[in-house]
Amino acid sequence: MSKTIAEKIFDAHLVDKPFEDSFVLSLDAVFCHEITTPIAITDLMARGKDRVFDPNKIKAVIDHVTPAKDSKTAEQGKILRDWARRNGIKDFFDIGRNGVCHAIFPEKGFVRPGYTVIMGDSHTCTHGAFGAFAAGVGTTDLEVGILKGVCAFKYPKTIKFVLKGKLPAGVYAKDAILFIISQIGVNGATDHVMEFTGPVVDEMSMESRMTLCNMAIEAGGTSGICCPDMATVEYLWEFIKGEFASKEEALKEYGRWKSDPDAKFEKVIEYDLSNLEPMVTFGNKPDQVKPVREMEGTPVDQIYIGSCTNGRIEDLRIAAQVLKGKKITDAVRGILSPATPKIYTMALKEGIIDIFAEAGFCVTNPTCGACLGMSNGVLAAGEVCASTTNRNFYGRMGKGGTVHLMSPATAAATAIAGKINNSALWCSTK
Amino acid sequence: MKQFGGKVLFLDRSDINTDEIIPAKYLTEITKEALKPYLLEDLKLPGFDARKDISGKSVVITRDNFGCGSSREHAPWALEVNGITVVIAESYARIFRQNMFNGGMLAIEVPKEKLSEIFSSFKGKEAAVSFDFQKSSFAIEAEGKKEIVGFKIDDFDMALVKAGGWLEYADSRY
Repeated sequence: MSKTIAEKIFDAHLVDKPFEDSFVLSLDAVFCHEITTPIAITDLMARGKDRVFDPNKIKAVIDHVTPAKDSKTAEQGKILRDWARRNGIKDFFDIGRNGVCHAIFPEKGFVRPGYTVIMGDSHTCTHGAFGAFAAGVGTTDLEVGILKGVCAFKYPKTIKFVLKGKLPAGVYAKDAILFIISQIGVNGATDHVMEFTGPVVDEMSMESRMTLCNMAIEAGGTSGICCPDMATVEYLWEFIKGEFASKEEALKEYGRWKSDPDAKFEKVIEYDLSNLEPMVTFGNKPDQVKPVREMEGTPVDQIYIGSCTNGRIEDLRIAAQVLKGKKITDAVRGILSPATPKIYTMALKEGIIDIFAEAGFCVTNPTCGACLGMSNGVLAAGEVCASTTNRNFYGRMGKGGTVHLMSPATAAATAIAGKINNSALWCSTK
Repeated sequence: MKQFGGKVLFLDRSDINTDEIIPAKYLTEITKEALKPYLLEDLKLPGFDARKDISGKSVVITRDNFGCGSSREHAPWALEVNGITVVIAESYARIFRQNMFNGGMLAIEVPKEKLSEIFSSFKGKEAAVSFDFQKSSFAIEAEGKKEIVGFKIDDFDMALVKAGGWLEYADSRY
């Protein structure tokens, strides 16, 4: 019978089906951070069940508030750190080695095609870029995942997005996903997997595919997903070369994780993105999106480049291209948070950090902090941030603050202009 | 099983997100009880005052796509520590809905038209909801007016509610 990739992953991981349409799946990876995991840990301790189903399948990082900003966040870090040591979780990333969870875990090769992944973080859908079923869950699902290595889902219904054409210069995965969300709405994919296919996706790097899948949740999607191809194999090669004789062998093995040509999709939606413009959000919902052109001149106070959406090396390179030899205006302030230490180091070696620093950006350590208004760039009431993050909820980056979501190129152009600006004016690739 | 039913808090807007239910800055708390004062602190809704309107309520009735955004279970916990164990809405974000049932609470879905009737008949009044699980229905009443509304909960979700939550259920089976 023909199946979608998500259906294949479900069928391969089925542990129990207690009721019709209740699928309890075995988990290949359970990711943890210091915000949603500590309550699960203290609850397990209180129940006398302080153990983990498999320390090798659990990965943990302190990323949301790092370095700790106060006693409470220090305590959250300590609970996670002590738990990881106690339970033999060797892949635990503490300060100095830590990065934004959805950037560092893929970078370490922890996500493979066909995997089931959960994390107590809604942007876990990012990891679907590798052909995995990856879902954000709450603390109780996380707790059961840690203890038992299982999680329950309904059988996946998939919406297939066929992205046709070729993205114009200066237009990126972020613009594409903002456009898609604007078309289907913030609950357009609720309870559905969003499968991204087509020539635009085929051309994308893994970084761009992660940006695309990262924002599936902003349309309500359970997981984004891209079927693995040679780009996936190339990205993972340093981690898998011991397992396969050649990249072609790896591709053959991973190739089974793709939707059959006659698989049944709930919906197939096609977009030709050849004429897509840079996009930006305007309201307090991620589906309120306009071409940057229509928002030009909107004043901002802060520019933030970073996060699990757009804090990867590709994003930094794009922004640096726009910023090179220029300065941000005095009216605004800029913050860059490279998403992982590896990205930070690459950016240093490539001279990207210099470009940001000379332009007048503050370069912080890798952290999620500013994106959700917890640390490292919180807005004051009434302030506006041009941000490469994923949520423009009212107050998201600080009580009373407003967020405009955009690509790193548009954010960099906005930093120079001091107001929302079309990156095409600045992009040297044009 | 938890207690379900009681006075209603009407939140007449769609897409109320998790950051509005409990802002991220409070996610540094490591006990559920500590979230109590901050429920719906950032909700922008005309006429709504979190400090006055939440007290004594046990049921939230709202519109479409409630709980969208973050995966934080702090959202249902913030409701629970304020005595609210039931949400009635047209639809939910997947993770929020699962978090409610995982904690042994109820996220009831009611069709748009029925929900509109409930809002027009009861919003602004001192309404209360009571449950009849045998008949899979709830009654909403205020000022002598009463309406019975049927609903459907998946067997699995009901099993979680009866078990007291997903951890209890999973621990006994896996």
